[in-house]
Amino acid sequence: MKRKHKRLTFIVLGMGLLATAAALMLSAFEDNIVFFYSPTEVLDKKLGAERRVRIGGLVEDGSVKKAGIEVTFRVTDLANVIPVTYTGILPDLFREGQGVIAEGRFVNGVFRADEVLAKHDETYMPPEVAEALKKSGRWQETEKTLKRSGQMDRMGTAQ
Amino acid sequence: MIAEAGLFALTLALLVALVQASVPMIGAHRGNAAWMEVARPAAIAQFLLIAFSFACLTYAFVTSDFSLLAVVRYSHTAKPMLYKISGVWANHEGSMLLWVLILSVYGAAVAAFGRNLPPSLRARVMGVQAMIAAGFILFILFTSNPFERMLPAPDNGQGLNPLLQDPGLAFHPPFLYMGYVGFSIAFSFAVAALIEGRVDAAWARWVRPWTLVAWIFLTAGIAMGSWWAYYELGWGGWWFWDPVENASFMPWLAGTALLHSAVVVEKRDTLKGWTIFLAIVTFALSLLGTFLVRSGVLTSVHTFATDPARGTFILVLLLVVIGGSLALFAWRGPALASTGVFQPISREGSLLLNNLLLTTAAAAVLLGTLYPLFLDAVGGGKVSVGPPFFNAVFLPLIAPMVAVMAVGPLLTWKRADVGPALTRLWVAFAAALAAVVLAWAVIADGPIFALLGMGLAAWLLVGTVVGFAERVRLFRVPFPETLRRIGRVPRAAWGMTLAHGGLAVAIAGMIGAGAWKVESIQTMKPGDTVAVAGFTFTFEGARQVQGPNYSATRGTFTVARDGRPVVTLHPEKRDYPVERSPTTEAAIHPTFFGDLYVVIGDAQGSDGAFVTRIYFNPLVVWMWGGILVMVAGGMVSLSDRRHRVGAPKPSRAAAGAGAGAPARA
Repeated sequence: MKRKHKRLTFIVLGMGLLATAAALMLSAFEDNIVFFYSPTEVLDKKLGAERRVRIGGLVEDGSVKKAGIEVTFRVTDLANVIPVTYTGILPDLFREGQGVIAEGRFVNGVFRADEVLAKHDETYMPPEVAEALKKSGRWQETEKTLKRSGQMDRMGTAQ
Repeated sequence: MIAEAGLFALTLALLVALVQASVPMIGAHRGNAAWMEVARPAAIAQFLLIAFSFACLTYAFVTSDFSLLAVVRYSHTAKPMLYKISGVWANHEGSMLLWVLILSVYGAAVAAFGRNLPPSLRARVMGVQAMIAAGFILFILFTSNPFERMLPAPDNGQGLNPLLQDPGLAFHPPFLYMGYVGFSIAFSFAVAALIEGRVDAAWARWVRPWTLVAWIFLTAGIAMGSWWAYYELGWGGWWFWDPVENASFMPWLAGTALLHSAVVVEKRDTLKGWTIFLAIVTFALSLLGTFLVRSGVLTSVHTFATDPARGTFILVLLLVVIGGSLALFAWRGPALASTGVFQPISREGSLLLNNLLLTTAAAAVLLGTLYPLFLDAVGGGKVSVGPPFFNAVFLPLIAPMVAVMAVGPLLTWKRADVGPALTRLWVAFAAALAAVVLAWAVIADGPIFALLGMGLAAWLLVGTVVGFAERVRLFRVPFPETLRRIGRVPRAAWGMTLAHGGLAVAIAGMIGAGAWKVESIQTMKPGDTVAVAGFTFTFEGARQVQGPNYSATRGTFTVARDGRPVVTLHPEKRDYPVERSPTTEAAIHPTFFGDLYVVIGDAQGSDGAFVTRIYFNPLVVWMWGGILVMVAGGMVSLSDRRHRVGAPKPSRAAAGAGAGAPARA
């Protein structure tokens, strides 16, 4: 095989690989990307059960009810509220009044989460949640509440 | 005072780095030996100054000097000593200081061990190292000063996130950084070679041990982080395709490719441009990893503290380093002529194919990691790209690589036939079939890909053994001759065999733990029994216990199999009052076939009932064991005398390749 042909073999091989990878990625993107919505956006969009989504906001005060391994709570961006159900043990840092992200589907207006993320660090606010709060125009109040609970120094950086 | 001394030393280190980044480079350009010689004492001085600075910060943490902001935020007098020390790098500022400390350690190591490098190459390598150091010291001084004072000093600190108070995690960042930063040496060698305009077998022989050191540390560091996630987060998972995990995995993939392509440069004097490119890409991905973790642009379970100003600084640094080196590569790269020619079917060909698969996989991970950022930047909404995406893309790309890994070592350099190699691998093929059938017999209802994956793991394991057997001509020559050959097998070959075999075992473990996990969540009263994977777990109750800086609810579970007791497990739910933060301490009983994993949750009602979560995680010890063997393989390979840093003699293979590796030492 001539040098030129050989080089061509490798180029064709490389291109083929890239094409395969691109095809794999495109098909995987189609099915596996999960969009994030704030409670307000959820109500605007009237989401159904067909798609997995993430929602995020604060866990509303006094909304957490546990019955065995069944948990219900409400996620709020201080403008709108979404009821959530979850089966299992919640993360250690899941608390009322703190930021949370839940992943799952809507079933009859209730968000059925199969994954709940609260952050490792109690003083950390997920950027998505901070933005959801800002969008709902209630950021200032949250800032005050958080300042009281000593969360402010790093909240500011989420802006 | 101590803090000011530390800051002053760091500032001096910056000045030394600036000198080291300029004088030797100019010296190398003009052929001025005295100017080039500046690099060595400068590198040592830089290391001593940064080490002193780091020691000052450590002293502040150990003595709980609460006039320092970093100590106030991340330490507490009640913390055990180990975590006072690990607190130094558990925060952003200190971890960046650790980053430059490790950079300077590597720089000083080049100064110490690089005596027989050609003077101009050595001067340039150390000059490039100093440029990186200067960039990062500037970053620390401008955006993340670890010696910032907090006056008046409070009485006590805010403590360290309890999740980080863990021996596994105490050593995770240093190992990871030893890996990340270690690739800077390969990078500096690549840039220096581009400036010099020559890459030869000798160059590759100098680069290989450094890359190998970085690879060993990175492998161990990633495994430690994964192990920590496994036992500390209490979800029974060990890899989440989380952006920060990906950030460490991408340099690993590229670095693994670099390790293998450098072999081809050394032995066959070809793939030079590609190897230089990989060296640049690997370090670029290491920097990107630092950026992703430190800038907080991504939502991640690891994002502890963030600041956009820092992100911007690192991003600029990243653009300068990557853009500059790639531009240099585009300019000087085409001049790197390769002399070795080879057919597509050959050892080189198989290494190149694996290189392509590894880098494509790294690119896929990169795309999935950055896509949410990109979409958000163009206003496309907020998305997350999770495990389903990565599994769907990564596994099909990496499976063929594993398949080829068994064949490659059986091919000869330059030109080979696949037929005889495959014929020799009939044992491996039989083993693969047997593994599939066995796995199917034991676990009938698992996903089909897991069965095939087990076959692939068996193929690689037995194929690696066959490759070794071929090398010592087992059963082909009289047995004493085989023994003699075993004695003569170079350590690098032992290392490869171990690393490939370890990967095979690790893959089997990952498949077992990933695909066949059994999970059971329920409320249990004292005396309740749950059956999971053939074991019966009996909840005996829970009581309060007191730790050094926490209080805990400690559950007791007795586990039995077929009526015979197996083990008693004590999971805890801890509460750290200083940090006002709870943690879950899973109780794990590892066995050869799987881990018993028990987590205790919240109390339910007043009759002593608790929510409990019980897992059976099959083959987890195979995964950790396999990775340990890989790391051991790396170390054995590193001990090969041909890998000894700057070993002067060109190896037989390199000389035979006609590369004419000039012994320039």
